[in-house]
Amino acid sequence: MIELVQIPIDPAAVLARVQSLAAGAVVLFLGTTREITGSRRTASLDYECYPEMARAKLAELEAAARGQWPLVECCLVHRLGRLELGEISVAIAVSAPHRREAFAASEWLIDELKKVVPIWKQENWADGSSEWKGRPPDHGAKA
Amino acid sequence: MPPQRLPTLPLTIRVKLFAAMRQRLGRDEVDVEVPAPADVGALRAALAAQFPHLSDLLSHSLFAVGMEYAADSTRLEPNLDVACIPPVSGG
Repeated sequence: MIELVQIPIDPAAVLARVQSLAAGAVVLFLGTTREITGSRRTASLDYECYPEMARAKLAELEAAARGQWPLVECCLVHRLGRLELGEISVAIAVSAPHRREAFAASEWLIDELKKVVPIWKQENWADGSSEWKGRPPDHGAKA
Repeated sequence: MPPQRLPTLPLTIRVKLFAAMRQRLGRDEVDVEVPAPADVGALRAALAAQFPHLSDLLSHSLFAVGMEYAADSTRLEPNLDVACIPPVSGG
């Protein structure tokens, strides 16, 4: 299942959604708001998305992961709006019969999410300046 | 009698804007006129002509048509949502 939320992500609730007697392994990935990047200090982050397309792309990622690995359950949750330091911006939980597919699927899911899902973050630096993050797309364009 | 050519009306495309693009224009969508039939490349060029200060950002952005990433050769249809997608940074 996939979800875009405006309220804090509860990792215990995300885990509970994927736990199953059919699974021998559960992997939970959390992306959290980091304070220091290089020599700069972050004050907060603002996330926005293209809601209809973000939901469609998240659902495609879930379907692709389920096609590639024998997952029992799969849960992708992304937070939107203003995030303070240390808060969870994204949670990915997968359960599978064995650990290797659970690790592989969760790593693939976060990597792909960062590449294809139309979600943007604005870094609000402690010095008062702000900056939209994001790398130019992989295909064709040179950074 | 030679076949009569119908004049082609320009197509008005409503483009959704996000993140840096939305912020720079101060609105979340913009109408752009392109000669019909039009593709994403023509839309990109029309946007750059209308908003020269966006050209750096536009050159790094993708477009989505009907919520799928589109090539410059993708044809624009009046009934499909069009969005400019600057480099994404979820996660």
